[in-house]
Amino acid sequence: MSPPALAARGLAKSFGSLVVASELEIELPKGVRYALIGPNGAGKTTLINLMTGMLRPDAGRILLDDVDITALPPEQRVQRGLVRTYQITSLFPHLTALESVTLAVCERSRAARAWWRQLAAHGHEIDEAYDVLCALKLDSVCHRLTRELAYGQQRLLEIALALATRPKVLLLDEPAAGVPREESKELFAAIAGLSHDITVLFIEHDMELVFRFASRVIVMVGGRVLVEGTAQEIASDPRVRAVYLGKAPTKELAELRHD
Amino acid sequence: MLPPVFGVLFDGLAYGMLLFLLSVGQSVTLGMMNFINLAHCSFAMLGGYVTVVLMSSYGWPFFATLPCAFIAAALVSVGFERAFFRRLYRASDLDQVLLTIGIVFISVAVAAYIFGTEQRPLQLPAYLRSSLTFMGVRFAVYRLILIGLALLITLALVLGLDYTRFGARVRAAVDNERMARGLGIDVDRTFAITFALGSGLAGLGGALAIEIIGLDPSFALTYLVYVLIVVSVGGLGSISGSFAAAIVLGISDVAGKYYIPQLGAFLIYLVMIGLLMWRPLGLIGRR
Amino acid sequence: MALTEGTANPRLYLQAQTRWRPIEIAFWLATLLPYALFPDYLSLASQIAIAGLFALSLDLILGYAGIVSLGHAAFFGIGAYTAGLVSKYGWGEPLTGLAIAAVAAGLIGYATSFVICRFRHLALIMLTLGFGLLLEELANSAGWLTGGVDGLQGIHTWKLFGYLPFDLYGRTAYAYALAVLFVLFVFARRLIHSPFGLSLRGIRENFVRMPAIGAPSRAHIRTIYTIAAAMAGIAGALLAQTTETVSLESLGFERSAEVVVMLVLGGAGRLYGGLVGVIVYMVARDQFSGIEPQYWYFWIGVLLVGVVTFLPNGILGGAAKLMSRRSRS
Ligand SMILES: Nc1ncnc2c1ncn2[C@@H]1O[C@H](COP(=O)(O)OP(=O)(O)O)[C@@H](O)[C@H]1O
Ligand SMILES: [Mg+2]
Repeated sequence: MSPPALAARGLAKSFGSLVVASELEIELPKGVRYALIGPNGAGKTTLINLMTGMLRPDAGRILLDDVDITALPPEQRVQRGLVRTYQITSLFPHLTALESVTLAVCERSRAARAWWRQLAAHGHEIDEAYDVLCALKLDSVCHRLTRELAYGQQRLLEIALALATRPKVLLLDEPAAGVPREESKELFAAIAGLSHDITVLFIEHDMELVFRFASRVIVMVGGRVLVEGTAQEIASDPRVRAVYLGKAPTKELAELRHD
Repeated sequence: MLPPVFGVLFDGLAYGMLLFLLSVGQSVTLGMMNFINLAHCSFAMLGGYVTVVLMSSYGWPFFATLPCAFIAAALVSVGFERAFFRRLYRASDLDQVLLTIGIVFISVAVAAYIFGTEQRPLQLPAYLRSSLTFMGVRFAVYRLILIGLALLITLALVLGLDYTRFGARVRAAVDNERMARGLGIDVDRTFAITFALGSGLAGLGGALAIEIIGLDPSFALTYLVYVLIVVSVGGLGSISGSFAAAIVLGISDVAGKYYIPQLGAFLIYLVMIGLLMWRPLGLIGRR
Repeated sequence: MALTEGTANPRLYLQAQTRWRPIEIAFWLATLLPYALFPDYLSLASQIAIAGLFALSLDLILGYAGIVSLGHAAFFGIGAYTAGLVSKYGWGEPLTGLAIAAVAAGLIGYATSFVICRFRHLALIMLTLGFGLLLEELANSAGWLTGGVDGLQGIHTWKLFGYLPFDLYGRTAYAYALAVLFVLFVFARRLIHSPFGLSLRGIRENFVRMPAIGAPSRAHIRTIYTIAAAMAGIAGALLAQTTETVSLESLGFERSAEVVVMLVLGGAGRLYGGLVGVIVYMVARDQFSGIEPQYWYFWIGVLLVGVVTFLPNGILGGAAKLMSRRSRS
């Protein structure tokens, strides 16, 4: 059996006395679509920060394709294929969409180190960036400044930036945060259409989307994994109902949490 | 008999106290708003000139001028805060630096225009110019008073910050501005008052500084560097940090100039760079 | 650009942005005008060209990579003293002098860049300021080498290419400074339009996002800081060679602040901003050369407050806004 695409072993992190990750054991098999759910403040974003190197864990190891990457800085993890997006949109306001994605492509292909060759001479990179934008239906606005894009388009551009780095494992932090329901379905359809060579873990509060697009689900509460299993198992698990879904009907609650 | 090192330590301590008065306001306001105010020493200079004018032109006694130096600096600074600074809290570092350095340039020129470019000495009464000799080391009375005054102010600041309602607001705002707003604290007002208080202390420091380091229009620029060092080494928003940093800086500057005069201010800059590199995030910039 | 969105070939679009525009060509042709129109002002013109190069070097780090430096004159000064000393001790050949100065400033820039690349915000400003002040003190106390406050004397610049002497009117000096400026401008322009230049803009726009797309921001910052330092060093060397003297002011805080002012006045991050700012600033200072320096600083202060308050993107930014507004209406 091949090793998991990404694994966390005994990951722990506290902010002062607040424990946000304790003894986390997570394994993402290759090509699987995972959802990570849990109430606000459960430590989901922190988990992504830890795995991508934006935060330093207090203890534990992170393995990418069985290679220990715990000591690597964030950009080197990205170069090895572990890529994330942000819950709070974090883009390049005064670059156009095409420039932003070209930037990411050039960093991946190492063209960004060549300061003696003009950008226009890097046709392959530009074409590749354009293709990524086309795949996410952003080609019609590719020459607009990022800050002039509609919010939903900015969320797509977040994903486009990640895809431009050719990820092996993609961690999406609430990709549809703040996007209207209709658009978020389209957005998830785009995610579902990604190559199955890419292992995807996404954080999402809308249970309907979770059950539709994830084959497996991890439930986090208070910095711990409460339960992990297939969508059906999670939906019927009494502990999940008790702790996370509470007594409220699924759908209303999902909307409530949708912040 | 005490060796001369005690004299150096004493002078360094007095100098450090001065630096502390000059910089404590900057440290707290920087911690609160992350606003880089390079014009802080212009307000200190203003306090200095208020004291000079009141004493030489109106014959006021030295100690009576000190509250005026405080108040003048506080009032003028709050005027600037309302008119210019407040728009730039969310602006880039560059804009903040540019605007405030512009104000420094203006203040230097205005001071030169009104007061001339030469040093303005103070005519202090004889008892302030005298000194006590203790075990063979001379302690200048003025410096003793300066140290006592600074210690009192520090105590008042620490107690005020810890035990008053206003102090709690300031601490909340320094700690987490957004959260403080969420709790219904009027951060803008708190900031304006803190800013005035800090500039007032700088004005007081400027007045007290004349006797020790002199006063001329370049004051606003020269001591800016020292203030920035204290703030960045002591940590943003930390009174005790600034206090410690000011003492270390004061003593090392005086000692450096006493023992290795040919190096001049070189040593200080070296110490600053070293400290910044050693503990950049612990000491400075929580961003 | 008149390209319709979506249908345009993305390659062509990006290519079009790097093409030389007519106004650029006009600008560079106009730099030759002083020979015809203001022959008495050629010395000033060469000072402007030198300051323009200095501002351009700052633009690379400040305007493009967002590194606010209050100590950039350090590299200008290193270049100036290096070129001056090389000449004083027997080698007055200008072009090799420039090269040596560039290497010296670049090396020191490279060494400091390892510190610079780790910081942002106030710590960065403090560090650049600190390095600048440190060097100023060093040059001041090493009077045996630098001449201290009296300045470095005894520089003699040989003829350019062996037969063009540097005359009193600045004819050779201006041609020399202008040519160097132009060559380095073309270089900077290429650099800005390279993928590396794009990465620099990324660093300026969103420093924390860069690692998440796999960008080694620190390495990029080290590269550009070194390049900018070498360019500033060349500017300093030009000043030393054309005026045959170097003073402590060449690496002082005032010069660091002044170049920031000039760049911001013209508009940072626009390649021509530094040049435009330098022209306006230096011509104005020349016109008001009668007034005391401290009052000159008064007007600089007013200018700074005014630019930040009313003209956040400098003259060029304001002009661009005006143009786009007009073309829309
Ligand atoms: N840098 C930080 N410093 C202190 N506390 C933090 C920091 N980042 C997150 N937290 C806290 O950690 C907890 C988990 O946060 P987070 O991972 O963002 O939760 P989630 O993404 O699951 O909503 C929250 O209580 C949050 O306030
Ligand atoms: Mg989150």
